[in-house]
Amino acid sequence: MNELLRRLFFLPEQGSTFAVKVDHLHYVLLLTTFAVAVGIGAVGIFFLVRYRRRTASDPTPRVVAPVWLEALFIGVPLSLFLLWFVLGFKQFVWVMSPPQDALDVYVTGKQWMWKFTYPGGPSAIDTLVVPAGRPVRLLLTSRDVIHSFYVPDFRMKRDAVPGRYTDLWFEAPKPGRHPVLCAEYCGLDHSVMRGEVVVLPPADFDAWQDAQRRNLPVARTPESMAVRGERVAAAQGCLQCHTVTGAPHIGPTWLGLYGRKEPLEGGGAVLADEAYLTESMMDPLAKVVAGYAPVMPGYHSRLSAEDTGALVEFIKSLRPLRPGVTAAEEPVYVPTGR
Amino acid sequence: MFPPAAESYLTDGRTVWSWLTTHDHKRIGVMFLGLTLFFFLVGGLFALALRIELLTPGRTIMGHLAYNRMFTLHGVTMVWLFMIPAIPSAFGNFLVPLMIGARDVAFPRLNLASVYLYVLGASVTLWGMFEGGADTGWTFYTPYSTTTGTAVLPVLVGVFIIGFSTILTGLNFIATVHTLRAPGLTWMKLPLFVWAIYGTSIIQVLATPVLGMVLLLVALERVVGAGIFDPARGGDPLLFQHLFWFYSHPAVYIMVLPSMGVISEAVCAFSRKNAFSYRMIVYSTLGIAFVGFFTWGHHMFTSGQSTFGAGAFGAMSMLVAIFTAIKIFSWLGTLYRGSIAIESPLLYTLGFMFFLFFGGMIGVAYATTSLNLHWHDTYSVVAHFHFIMVGATVMAFLGALHYWFPKMSGRRAPAKLANGAAVLIIFGFIATFVPQFLLGNLGMPRRYADYPPHFQSLHVASTAGASLLAFGFLIIAGYLAWSLRYGEVAGDNPWGSEGFEWRSASPPPTHNFTTTPEYPTGPHEYAREEVPHAA
Amino acid sequence: MPPEAVTEHWGSEDARKQAAYLGMWVFIATEVLLFAGLFTAYGVYRSVYPEAFRAAQLTMEVGLGTLNTFLLVTSSIVVALAVHAVRGNRPGLGGALLLLAALLGVVFLVVKGVEYAHHVKDGGLPGDAYRFTEVPRVGASLFFTLYYLLTGFHALHVTVGVSVLTVLGVRSASGTFGPAYATPVELGGMYWHLVDVIWLFVYPILYLS
Repeated sequence: MNELLRRLFFLPEQGSTFAVKVDHLHYVLLLTTFAVAVGIGAVGIFFLVRYRRRTASDPTPRVVAPVWLEALFIGVPLSLFLLWFVLGFKQFVWVMSPPQDALDVYVTGKQWMWKFTYPGGPSAIDTLVVPAGRPVRLLLTSRDVIHSFYVPDFRMKRDAVPGRYTDLWFEAPKPGRHPVLCAEYCGLDHSVMRGEVVVLPPADFDAWQDAQRRNLPVARTPESMAVRGERVAAAQGCLQCHTVTGAPHIGPTWLGLYGRKEPLEGGGAVLADEAYLTESMMDPLAKVVAGYAPVMPGYHSRLSAEDTGALVEFIKSLRPLRPGVTAAEEPVYVPTGR
Repeated sequence: MFPPAAESYLTDGRTVWSWLTTHDHKRIGVMFLGLTLFFFLVGGLFALALRIELLTPGRTIMGHLAYNRMFTLHGVTMVWLFMIPAIPSAFGNFLVPLMIGARDVAFPRLNLASVYLYVLGASVTLWGMFEGGADTGWTFYTPYSTTTGTAVLPVLVGVFIIGFSTILTGLNFIATVHTLRAPGLTWMKLPLFVWAIYGTSIIQVLATPVLGMVLLLVALERVVGAGIFDPARGGDPLLFQHLFWFYSHPAVYIMVLPSMGVISEAVCAFSRKNAFSYRMIVYSTLGIAFVGFFTWGHHMFTSGQSTFGAGAFGAMSMLVAIFTAIKIFSWLGTLYRGSIAIESPLLYTLGFMFFLFFGGMIGVAYATTSLNLHWHDTYSVVAHFHFIMVGATVMAFLGALHYWFPKMSGRRAPAKLANGAAVLIIFGFIATFVPQFLLGNLGMPRRYADYPPHFQSLHVASTAGASLLAFGFLIIAGYLAWSLRYGEVAGDNPWGSEGFEWRSASPPPTHNFTTTPEYPTGPHEYAREEVPHAA
Repeated sequence: MPPEAVTEHWGSEDARKQAAYLGMWVFIATEVLLFAGLFTAYGVYRSVYPEAFRAAQLTMEVGLGTLNTFLLVTSSIVVALAVHAVRGNRPGLGGALLLLAALLGVVFLVVKGVEYAHHVKDGGLPGDAYRFTEVPRVGASLFFTLYYLLTGFHALHVTVGVSVLTVLGVRSASGTFGPAYATPVELGGMYWHLVDVIWLFVYPILYLS
């Protein structure tokens, strides 16, 4: 049934866990749309035939909708629409909340290619290799204009916006190949800005990544993201306010910051994940950690996309190594329900 | 310009100069009609070129740059030079004073000024086309629009000027409807077309200035590097999208509300029935005008706005959809137990209802947010807004053209030919845009000059449909031009309509009415027997 | 246009006046929304670059800005008095007051020009042209861009307003208006009040805070 409907509506293959979920809503909505649209056409044609003008002076009655019928016309579609919205928005929230154990890949769009960078290497152009059965999170940005990373088989796209990060996650259950298209108009060769997601069995993926990392010629080894991040942190003056030793200074220490729940100035708390770290660089005063003065300048246009990613990776690499840290003090991950 | 009656607005001064300096709302409406039809032709030719290019993957007749310019010009021409002025400025100008029993609009000189502003804006835009044309798409998304080397500036300035024409027209209608209704014509007796134009005008005067400012900022960005939307200079490209859609989403209702007004009139006139629920249509018109201002974020679900924001905009969009659904039910109810004349305006009405519902429901599907992640910026969206803009608005425009052709010219178009053309247009439309909807499902992004080969069969189907559509438009243009001179003389009220505009002669005299009309009932009261409830 | 010529179209002078007022209010609404886009941009970037905006704000010439506020508010009062005078059948006095208000508007523009000259000398220019060494570029260049846009658009409106007030003043002095026909003076006054009110929003967000 799933397969029949999928082909009937020309939907591409279901390459991700989200595609399977969202397609059910696809079918319900499309079938309702077709049925009611045809119904409206049919009623229109029926009235046309049944009540067609027979003589030039046919009398017509004055018919006014009674209130209960008006209420019905408003109530039925409204409840149906709201039901669909609730179903759809639940899926939307699910797909907007990446699970904690996802494999991170940094994606940079530029006219007219996609660059994929794995923390710890390697980098690849236009081909994204991922393991099957494991959630993958893409952190997207752009070097020039807005692009949109679109994989029809995953039913998923996300804009890559210069000057900020957006994220997208997916889990491809089966090995296979899925085309990547750019969905936001980006100039001359927009229509040929294509790529491919190659899903490998997990073992093959590990082997591939190892081979890639080994094959990187020693002399031209690109520095790992974390090392680059350390250099950027020094060059941008981050370390004048943030320590990497665990001591609080003008700003919170970076040691063990990643994954920590930080209390916020003015109440509430925030989990220091990639999104929060990136946000704090771009818009530092949006969420200030309690006990610190709101003095950090925004780095919205001062950090390149890659430098931002490198900084996040650097902060992630700063795990507390103090002896005696008990399991209870380790960051607690709350898996998002799925 | 070939009046059958002795005395009418057409004979009151026959020189070109008398047209260029006229303050008569009817002549201004006719001038707008001619201008918008011309740009509909231009935009249509661009569309045809696009469809031919998409027959095959790779290069068919033009390269990427030419294609990118072509779809931009198609969009700019159709949206700002045809859609937005088509029904309000052309039919609205001609009909609103007639429908409310006035001699003219409130500010006739401003009305004439809006024609000239439109011509000026259109000329600047055309000049931009000859300069090579912009390649940004009609949405002018930054930072692409601020960095591309093509002639974006004249197009921005042209659209900016046309914006003023729109504002003047809207301002004029608001003042007209408020102050110039004939004695006894209360608000709840107003024809539904007047309500639709009134709702449209509110959107026009409130949304258009924001667009003007945004376009100006983009222009400044190009000229002096202002940096407002450029991340390299500290700006935020998404702010552009927010401001742009704050105008452009309501602008969708500028394009579709007047067409709903046309359909409300036509469905009553051709079934000889009062509106099934006048009240629901009026309130939903105002509802659309109001709620339409709070849904702009649904164009940005994939752009990185917050999940909560997406949810709020999605829910608001569902509310707007309800207002449209209410109208469709009310029109269907109006047909019930009527005396339905099978004339071309009624055929367009049926096509309109089907397409508006189908296109609207696809919009509802987008508002669920999760489905939008697949469909956003694909041919599904292209099909969706063409269902609304062509399927609904152009159908209504053609319906209006046929319904009021005798009112404007005093002559009738050949009925059988008109019915045949209407059927051809409706099927041509289905053949053009249903394949595009399926292309979107398959994952074909929009604005693609080139595409992977597995999309080809549906593209060929769509192009075949487009040629059918073009053929239909040719037939209509042919017989309407013929009818202007040789058509059967219509008489004052050829359709037997109780719409208020038919109370004056056809074509109307310069001063519209010889005696002040009286309004004991609302429009379209045909009944001779009273039936209080639907049986 | 004298009122007699249009009564046929309007039915009565009252209806005509009502339409003119409504049209003016609608026009004012579009003007407010025109500026709304700029105010939104200001709000967004102020929240993104609070320190840069604060620093740039401190370099504004508060004295001149306050003087200008004083000038505009005074001229607004003068226009209100002028409308009152015309309604009270003293068109000569009304005309003189209108011309006085226009003169205050001209002084406003001159002061604004002096301010612009100072900024240009310091290098406080919009966008890429920004050369002001006192405040670092990031964020501050946006502040100056918005400063020029807001005050520039406002100055444009002041210029239009001055021309309108001058024409109305001359016509009023020559006795065109009176208690029976004061609509153009009233509408011109509404426009001038709008210009004043917009400045009352522009002034605090750019000069104070």
